[in-house]
Amino acid sequence: MIGGLFIYNHKGEVLISRVYRDDIGRNAVDAFRVNVIHARQQVRSPVTNIARTSFFHVKRSNIWLAAVTKQNVNAAMVFEFLYKMCDVMTAYFSKISEENIKNNFVLIYELLDEILDFGYPQNSESGALKTFITQQGIKSQHHSKDEQSQITSQVTGQIGWRREGIKYRRNELFLDVLESVNLLMSPQGQVLSAHVSGRVVMKSYLSGMPECKFGMNDKIVIDKQQGKGATSDDSAKSGKQSIAIDDCTFHQCVRLSKFDSERSISFIPPDGDYELMRYRTTKDIILPFRVIPLVREVGRTKLEVKVVIKSNFKASLLAQKIEVRIPTPLNTSGVQVICMKGKAKYKASDNAIVWKIKRMAGMKESQISAEIELLPTNEKKKWTRPPISMNFEVPFAPSGLKVRYLKVFESKLNYSDHDVIKWVRYIGRSGIYETRC
Amino acid sequence: SVNTQYFIFELKAELNSDKKEKKKEAVKKVIASMTVGKDVSALFPDVVNCMQTDNLELKKLVYLYLMNYAKSQPDMAIMAVNTFVKDCEDPNPLIRALAVRTMGCIRVDKITEYLCEPLRKCLKDEDPYVRKTAAVCVAKLHDINAQLVEDQGFLDTLKDLISDSNPMVVANAVAALSEIAESHPNSNLLDLNPQSINKLLTALNECTEWGQIFILDCLANYTPRDDRESQSICERVTPRLSHANSAVVLSAVKVLMKFMEMLPKDLDYYGTLLKKLAPPLVTLLSAEPELQYVALRNINLIVQKRPEILKHEMKVFFVKYNDPIYVKLEKLDIMIRLASQANIAQVLAELKEYATEVDVDFVRKAVRAIGRCAIKVEQSAERCVSTLLDLIQTKVNYVVQEAIVVIKDIFRKYPNKYESVIATLCENLDSLDEPEARAAMIWIVGEYAERIDNADELLESFLEGFHDESTQVQLQLLTAIVKLFLKKPTETQELVQQVLSLATQDSDNPDLRDRGYIYWRLLSTDPVAAKEVVLAEKPLISEETDLIEPTLLEELICHIGTLASVYHKPPSAFVEGSRGVQHKRIPIRSGSGESSESQDTGGAPGATEAPAAVIPSQGDLLGDLLNLDLTPPTSTAGAPPGPPMPMGGMDLLGGGLDSLVGGGGSLLTPLSLMGSGFGAPAAVMPSSLNAPVGGGLGDLFDLGGGVGMPMGTFVPPKTLWLPAMKGKGLEIMGTFARRAGVIQMEMTLTNKAMSVMTDFAIQFNRNSFGLAPAGPLQVPTPLSPNQTIDVSLPLNNGGPVMKMEPLNNLQVAVKNNIDVFYFSCQYPISMLFVEDGKMDRQVFLATWKDIPNENEAQFQINDCHLNSDAASNKLQGSNVFTIAKRTVEGQDMLYQSMKLTNGICVLTELRVQTGSPTYTVSDRHTHALWVMIPARAGV
Repeated sequence: MIGGLFIYNHKGEVLISRVYRDDIGRNAVDAFRVNVIHARQQVRSPVTNIARTSFFHVKRSNIWLAAVTKQNVNAAMVFEFLYKMCDVMTAYFSKISEENIKNNFVLIYELLDEILDFGYPQNSESGALKTFITQQGIKSQHHSKDEQSQITSQVTGQIGWRREGIKYRRNELFLDVLESVNLLMSPQGQVLSAHVSGRVVMKSYLSGMPECKFGMNDKIVIDKQQGKGATSDDSAKSGKQSIAIDDCTFHQCVRLSKFDSERSISFIPPDGDYELMRYRTTKDIILPFRVIPLVREVGRTKLEVKVVIKSNFKASLLAQKIEVRIPTPLNTSGVQVICMKGKAKYKASDNAIVWKIKRMAGMKESQISAEIELLPTNEKKKWTRPPISMNFEVPFAPSGLKVRYLKVFESKLNYSDHDVIKWVRYIGRSGIYETRC
Repeated sequence: SVNTQYFIFELKAELNSDKKEKKKEAVKKVIASMTVGKDVSALFPDVVNCMQTDNLELKKLVYLYLMNYAKSQPDMAIMAVNTFVKDCEDPNPLIRALAVRTMGCIRVDKITEYLCEPLRKCLKDEDPYVRKTAAVCVAKLHDINAQLVEDQGFLDTLKDLISDSNPMVVANAVAALSEIAESHPNSNLLDLNPQSINKLLTALNECTEWGQIFILDCLANYTPRDDRESQSICERVTPRLSHANSAVVLSAVKVLMKFMEMLPKDLDYYGTLLKKLAPPLVTLLSAEPELQYVALRNINLIVQKRPEILKHEMKVFFVKYNDPIYVKLEKLDIMIRLASQANIAQVLAELKEYATEVDVDFVRKAVRAIGRCAIKVEQSAERCVSTLLDLIQTKVNYVVQEAIVVIKDIFRKYPNKYESVIATLCENLDSLDEPEARAAMIWIVGEYAERIDNADELLESFLEGFHDESTQVQLQLLTAIVKLFLKKPTETQELVQQVLSLATQDSDNPDLRDRGYIYWRLLSTDPVAAKEVVLAEKPLISEETDLIEPTLLEELICHIGTLASVYHKPPSAFVEGSRGVQHKRIPIRSGSGESSESQDTGGAPGATEAPAAVIPSQGDLLGDLLNLDLTPPTSTAGAPPGPPMPMGGMDLLGGGLDSLVGGGGSLLTPLSLMGSGFGAPAAVMPSSLNAPVGGGLGDLFDLGGGVGMPMGTFVPPKTLWLPAMKGKGLEIMGTFARRAGVIQMEMTLTNKAMSVMTDFAIQFNRNSFGLAPAGPLQVPTPLSPNQTIDVSLPLNNGGPVMKMEPLNNLQVAVKNNIDVFYFSCQYPISMLFVEDGKMDRQVFLATWKDIPNENEAQFQINDCHLNSDAASNKLQGSNVFTIAKRTVEGQDMLYQSMKLTNGICVLTELRVQTGSPTYTVSDRHTHALWVMIPARAGV
């Protein structure tokens, strides 16, 4: 199990150190600093073994978090724990920075004592933790006996992510379908790989212990329902709209065995913000933009670049925050750009032409052309032409995912599914969206 | 320094302040100093004084301080005990838990005594939060004082908690027990049985993500009774594959990968399960980069074990421009593993792209990967070679060098196919500055010297700086020039002399010198032989050179998700002490109806293909090792080993040995013994015949009173074959027996080491009679320290044959999880006497007469108090058959025949002087060479 946990600043000074196991000595703190933080070469692995001691590290801005062990621990668990640790800290004091850590060191020690016992991760849901560990000092001493046992049963209970007795005047929930669409396209326009990784994020403001059921246009579910005797018309209609999900994972509130057997998504949600599910699709992806590059080398000191982007979605929808990055060689001396729409600038520090367009409707196209002057070099190595990358945001889900329903049941309180105000929003963003040139 | 002292005294004053707030701030300052590594232990009494407070925050801070310094000040730490004990009784469960949690972290022996009572109460506390904390505390206490935990009966209480109503209590109890069990490999602490497994599976659905990991990791250590149980566990574990926590997913994958091994492959469910495994593995690749890295290292193992799972998922392993380098390198590895004829075009296009990236390591690996594709997928070889040539044209120095290294391998895989590229390679000779690339280029020039016009000039150019080259290059250059000389002897005499003298006279590297001398002597004594040796046809290199050895792979599969799977090393390689020394193994399939006993031995007769495949290939490795040591002196390491000699005496004689005997002979055709009697063979074999005869017969005739010895083949008592000193704790006593027509190697294995032993396998070196194990070595494992077991290994005669000295010598390699051990032993020749060795009387007579007298050996056996009939019976038990008996002048004459497994017959005449303990034996043999055998057998 985890033997110790250290938090360092970018200089390698230790801000927090908590040792859980006897086999981890003080020298481990220095070993990591010397061999990883101060290492001359870029770190080549997130797991480092120094003198039979293993270090797992993650970095958040310029803060290093390192877990240390001398045993054969579950490595995946250690990293999941470190991420969770970051989440918890963010939930308490937003940004993980040196200043915030220093200002909250008592709180962090308290958290570390609570969420890691003898190196075993314990309940680390910030919702539950906040009921008895606060920045204003410990609450629990003022709790009544009932409240105390409610805390402990929640922290250890089956529904560790939600406390009882939550009340809202207005029962409301917000569903965000957030997708990032990834593409690697050849210069000839052939799709080398494309996938969507999506998340369903929920903000729930619901009273009591509501039972929720979430439904989407999952092909497996729809096909199954059609099997139960829908007309062929229906099936043709909805068959088009359903999507094939390659794989999905759920928040721990979702009953996985039920999903496995019936493919239904049922759960009692945590209060407030959380991520309900993640999914991945690779079939029938709507690629919102197509990039058509044309690079011509004119002699040894000049390059001509022409890039066309085409928006490929309903004309009534608007894409936003469009940015195209066209890499330029290291020996670029000057660039002239002409673009039809938006603004384009050569950024020498990034070695790229950055073309920004605020908004663009569907079924349109736009073009940029640039002349790049090069300094003559005698370097043998050819310029490797990194791919042209794109950023954008579109108001639909490129995977085609649609939320069909989210039903809420709370038998003990007197509100019904109809009384809950529900909001659904779809946002598609570019992930790594690249076209080779 | 003065400043530090000032600081300490200032704090001391603040700690003793009356004001609560000031006290708290002071303790905070103390903790802050402690964090940055300042020694504030001098404040111990002052801080402990703050402990008795009803302010929980202050209490926690003091506890934190205590955990840090108690060990250095054990006497002072006792001061805190009372408060702890009191806190364990507090009405607030959070305080009770805090006290017991902290107390467990104070590693002071004296405190542990006081901990027992509060801990006992807390383990039975009404509040689950306290119980789950107490469960972990048992593990803490066990780490400090294991004996105390056992004496106090805490282990039993902990076991009871596995049935607790609260899932988190169950999970922590499982975690604590698993850890404790690791340091007691044989304690059976977890006592996993279908009932407890069922409880765990129920808790699995209800506990936190971390608890699920503890439970899954524990489940992975269980061995299901049969395939039905295995399937039902798999069914209940598969839903975990959809968990958002990657560690839950990987631990579930581990359980499935292990238990799946027990399922029949024709089961529908087996296929379903295989299909279910791919998507979650792919999903892991969209996790954060550090987790991706862990996942990729594991996928690397999974694709080696079960390539079918991800064979259609090549694309997800394509490298992204922004992937961290450690992710890129791992993806590349997996791409090569998944490369096949179906996807090779895509893979190559990608690899070519990667070879133009910035990171030098990554580019090198990409170039190497192209070469490996060529070797792996024959159809793509041509395309790979042309891609490599393109890359050479970029003139990027490290790309060129890497390309040349892999092209050398391609030449070795497809000889005489791509020589046209040599000219291009030669153009880049000057730019090679890395030893591996230089050595590869030199090898190519030497190997194809006859096709390179200026090969001599090229090699000569390297020779100028011979002593500055690395050993690798020097050795290669030496060999290459010798090859060149053998191919073009007229023009290169001077060159070869130059290199030989450089290597032998001016070098202080013994390897180089030795190789130089060997070449020199070879060339000077027998150029023809030199040619045969140096220019011998080389064995083709194999497809996958970097596959993990199967036993290790199997062990690593059992460690999926853990550090071992990240390092690709067994835990024993990086974990100190007793933990992790246990080697885990995949359970193997056994039918539902079979008893659990057959699982224990690990090898029911109907074992599945997988484990069966593992052991022989391990054996092959051993065989290779042995071959290396023992190949006859005429073949060099480079030359292909000769075809294994088929079994049987005929072939043995006709093949390897006729040069010794001077001619072959057919069965039952007596061969004249060269020279006189024993002259020649005696030179080949141990000359003292009397001793073995006496001993041998003594053995066979060791009849004492003849009581108690069952009729049957004589079985010598076990002798020590492998002393524990040489076997790293493994002691082997053994003997041979012939039972029901089968030769058995009977061994007593004793583990005299401190750790358990597993994964036994055995391999024989080639031997005179082609003895070989008829099946894998079946050792019920693990073999615990001080445990002794008897095993019997059936042998057959199907192995490769090589004459040994003495003839009945057998070289054995035994492997276990610790090492490979070699020893040799001698089997009694009587083991080889077959049951149908009884010769027809007429044939016997005719044969006896046909065998010339010179072929007869005579010797006496003393001190044998048996009459002829008893002796005859005794010998019959060992397949020595009495054909006839006559009595002449008070002497009983027994005429006997025996046949060896390889068909050779031995005829004897046994004269027993009635009333005298002396026997005289005359042997006649169908083959002179074998004169030794009956002597050994004691007839």
